[in-house]
Amino acid sequence: MAATHPEGIPETVEALFRSESRRILASLIRLLGDFDLAEDGLHDAFAAALESWPRDGMPDQPRAWLVSTGRFKAIDRLRRAARFQVPLEAWTEPLAESIPDFLEEELEDDRLRLIFTCCHPALPLEASTALTLREVCGLTTEAIARAFLVSPSTLAQRIVRAKAKIREARLPYEVPGRKDLPDRLGAVLQVIYLVFNEGYSASSGAAVTRPEVSEEAIRLGRLLLELLPEPEVMGLLALMLLQGARGAARTGPAGELVLLEAQDRSLWDAARVAEGKAWVDRAMASRRIGPYTLQAAIAAAHAEATGASDTDWNRIVGLYTLLTRLAPSPVVGLNRAVAVAMRDGPQAGLALAEALMEARELEDYHLAHAVRADLCRRLGRAEEARASYRRALQLARQEPERRFLEGRLRELEKK
Amino acid sequence: MKYLCFGYLDVQQWLKLSPAEQNAMVDACFAYDETLKKDGHWVGGEGLQGPETAAMVRYQNGSVSVTDGPYAETKELLGGLLILEARDLNHAIHLISKHPGVKMGPWEVRPAADLAQMIRESEARRAKTRSGAAS
Repeated sequence: MAATHPEGIPETVEALFRSESRRILASLIRLLGDFDLAEDGLHDAFAAALESWPRDGMPDQPRAWLVSTGRFKAIDRLRRAARFQVPLEAWTEPLAESIPDFLEEELEDDRLRLIFTCCHPALPLEASTALTLREVCGLTTEAIARAFLVSPSTLAQRIVRAKAKIREARLPYEVPGRKDLPDRLGAVLQVIYLVFNEGYSASSGAAVTRPEVSEEAIRLGRLLLELLPEPEVMGLLALMLLQGARGAARTGPAGELVLLEAQDRSLWDAARVAEGKAWVDRAMASRRIGPYTLQAAIAAAHAEATGASDTDWNRIVGLYTLLTRLAPSPVVGLNRAVAVAMRDGPQAGLALAEALMEARELEDYHLAHAVRADLCRRLGRAEEARASYRRALQLARQEPERRFLEGRLRELEKK
Repeated sequence: MKYLCFGYLDVQQWLKLSPAEQNAMVDACFAYDETLKKDGHWVGGEGLQGPETAAMVRYQNGSVSVTDGPYAETKELLGGLLILEARDLNHAIHLISKHPGVKMGPWEVRPAADLAQMIRESEARRAKTRSGAAS
């Protein structure tokens, strides 16, 4: 028994809950085969610790003790439930009579399993984000609902449905094998990036960013990288660090949007930029380069410059060209057009942007119209610029973005 | 976090049960309540007598009036309430979904409001009023 004074035990248990509860939950889900039963077991284990540790002393391996106890208590619950004939369906193994205690060194880190199951492609994306934030990050339903601007009951229903789907479809609780890994990892990365973007560029509402949400995504990215050091995981973490580093510079004193070229780069978080660049370099050196790594490399190229004038636009265009091959999308094409405009002048960029806009997909994308407006403005084609700013304004939902577009439109109307 | 759970009773469904089935349901409900207590989720709870025993107290035209009711014409009657301690809304939903009473009618699960800030502000206002009256 480790020597911890009984008085300090409630604090120790609380600290253990904060640092270890997700890991213990992940193991209990594997051992019990059911999310809800595992949550009950987790609660019971910590309650038992509060009761018995002050009396019997701390176990040498508290995490293993908590997993063993949680499993035992959960199985005890199933037995009691069966006695009261309350049907409780769990696809658990037959109830063992004697339950072995675990040793910490034998106990796997099951959080990677948990992440892959929460982000299983059979679940809708919005269910995956909710489930991941609740089960892997330990956020409450209410906190996630606030972050995603939906009602708590809507979010609760997503989680209930997702758990039912996992149970009914018997989604495997495992890390996918080599063959499936790229696809399944892609789904996980997509969920994490979606969470990041929800904070970085809130899809609607008064504020441009909700930093807490993005921080959670970065924490999740770090955890994933610790568990699975794949290049694209490095790429995603780098991308989030580099984009997140600009947080303070993206909005002005009145909450207005400040574009990249006008940002005060001294406000960028230098430590984050340095860390992000280091991960980009490692991911690029792996020679297994994916779309997140390329986007991170673009962000790193911006971070290396002091402003638009000394930005290596040639490198950025090159990276966007690779990205359009690897992950073609009209939005990536639009970004490439902007980079080309910076390298070769607005006329070249506008030709590319307009060609892309002939495809219907960008029709309702406010930034496509804003890009066209900006390029026309720079070419002195004020009438076309005004029309495009108006169209962008009709489509933009975010208050600071709308104010920015209105400002540009007013400037043009003065002339 | 505390959650108030209002359990409604579908009377038609309840009356369809045989006395033995009603007893079994009541036993299962009490047994589950015991489990909630044992696990530290139970903060409090009461079953309610029928709506015909209720009195409505209203302040009207400067005086208090008392009437019967409410005579809700719904088929679901408020049968009891339960206060749960749970981690979050999904945890409270999970605890209630295992309650045998959920088979007898819907439950409304609502988080308790944290009024600590409001109470502090109110206390400050009242203290100010008192000190103002004393001087």
